[in-house]
Amino acid sequence: MNINTMTVDEARSLVQSREITAHALAEAHYSQIESRDETIGSFLTLTKERALAQAQRIDRLAEKGDPLPPLAGVPVGIKDVLMTRGERTTAGSSFLEKFIAPYDATAVAKLEAAGAVCLGKLNCDEFAMGSSNENSAFHPVRNPRDTTRVPGGSSGGSAAAVAAGFAVATLGSDTGGSIRQPAAFCGVVGLLPTYGRVSRYGLIAFASSLDHVGPFARTVKDSATLLEVIAGRDPRDSTSADVPVANYASECGRDVKGLRIGIPEEYFGEGLDPEIRQAIERRIDALRKAGCEIVSVSLPHTEYAIPVYYIVATAEASANLARFDGVRYTTRSSQSKTLADMYRRSRDEGFGAEVKRRILLGTYALSAGYYDAYYLKAQQVRTLLTRDFQNAFTSVDAIVTPVTPTVAFKLGEKTNDPVAMYLNDIYTVTANLVGVPGISLPCGNNHEGLPIGIQILGKHFDEATVIRLAHAMEQDQL
Amino acid sequence: MKVTDKDVAYVADLANLELTPDESTRMVADLNSILSHIDKLNQLDTSNVEPLAEVVSAFASAERKGSDKFAYAQRPDVLVPGLSREAALSNAPDTDGTCFKVPKVIER
Repeated sequence: MNINTMTVDEARSLVQSREITAHALAEAHYSQIESRDETIGSFLTLTKERALAQAQRIDRLAEKGDPLPPLAGVPVGIKDVLMTRGERTTAGSSFLEKFIAPYDATAVAKLEAAGAVCLGKLNCDEFAMGSSNENSAFHPVRNPRDTTRVPGGSSGGSAAAVAAGFAVATLGSDTGGSIRQPAAFCGVVGLLPTYGRVSRYGLIAFASSLDHVGPFARTVKDSATLLEVIAGRDPRDSTSADVPVANYASECGRDVKGLRIGIPEEYFGEGLDPEIRQAIERRIDALRKAGCEIVSVSLPHTEYAIPVYYIVATAEASANLARFDGVRYTTRSSQSKTLADMYRRSRDEGFGAEVKRRILLGTYALSAGYYDAYYLKAQQVRTLLTRDFQNAFTSVDAIVTPVTPTVAFKLGEKTNDPVAMYLNDIYTVTANLVGVPGISLPCGNNHEGLPIGIQILGKHFDEATVIRLAHAMEQDQL
Repeated sequence: MKVTDKDVAYVADLANLELTPDESTRMVADLNSILSHIDKLNQLDTSNVEPLAEVVSAFASAERKGSDKFAYAQRPDVLVPGLSREAALSNAPDTDGTCFKVPKVIER
């Protein structure tokens, strides 16, 4: 048994066959976390009591020889923007340092109902705002592949925990690339479900028209298994879609022959690291050899995606974060004598610099005199971006692109330049603006041994094709 | 420079944020650098383009009209238990056991 490479299927069958108890498997992961997470910094809170109680429930089922649920005994971690009842849930913010979630997020409840053992809560950029995990109010996360480098963000802890052998799979959230980019930087698989595919009930909202919940895993099949568990309509999230959940894991191994793959020229232009370009082109060649039809497509408004994203996301964030006012959520400045004072001082003390920057930008874009020039304009260009994808998907089944323009950068390298940091999301934000599903999976290493990611984007609710292709690519790599 | 100290102070006031003079200087510089990148959007003529606020309605039934179109977002109109008062108040900095307490709103 190798904990560092263990898959969901392996963990489950070891528990089912009683070669190891779920309890011992959880303990083995905790001892890895205790010995090595001081260096990585992926966990903010360990939920040991809850995890071991769940593990014992699974072990009792296994003793009886009953068939086990799909994630029985699988040790997982949860990004700290998802509510876990009775456990601390901070969103990486000092505003919520002492916040105890009063209920479970639907995605977390579904994982546990499927037998998963939630080991703890994972570090992230404050309120999921960031591309390097350096905006966590507590401590940064270091990339397990090279601890001088960032793991990506905002779900940096979720990616690092899977890469470091601390959890077999994790949950993250993706508003502009926050699952796919850290997956690429850490060399793991990150899946972005279609907007509405997975309930956001219990997700601390950043930008409601862009937020998605999705899994990190070591293999495409594992990410498919997790998606199957967490997907589906939830009456408590009116934006969750009533679309049947497919048997995603069964897509793994299906033939990709005849699939039409779009390659958008705009994603291979200036700024893309030549080693990443070569790695992706090799993979595209392999798809061609496997019988896929490679088609050149154009997504002409790509260069406008970052400006649109940083208006839409910050405008929505400025509204969503208004709820942090000193009344309900733990933090209230002791300095405040009047109500207005309380709002301002509590927010001043509770929020970090990037959160304030985004609230200011969003408020500016929505303010009288600027609404049409910025917010409305961004929404109109969002329509153009959506049309780009609709047009491309009339001739192809999926689109293949890089995930990031560079491999993982060094800690501190971009913290003083917000625009340089934002441009890191150039290949990922459009999927959120358009609402399509995507996956980021490992595509080899660069000359320094740092992981390179490749992205597959699909049609709305066609995660099946994305997974099928991703699995074929993954096999080709082995 | 498009955004001035005064603009940042005005927006910070709208957003109920308090900024130190240092923070304010930094925000003026950052917002200007971000907005100059965002100004790229003006290269596009969008006079005949509908704005898109969210993508869910695109999945709504095309045959249905009006609010029926959004039937997927509706639930039966029946009472279901919500969060208990105790749970809802559990993270509040100050309560009287029934309500959230805040500093006096009206000054004499």
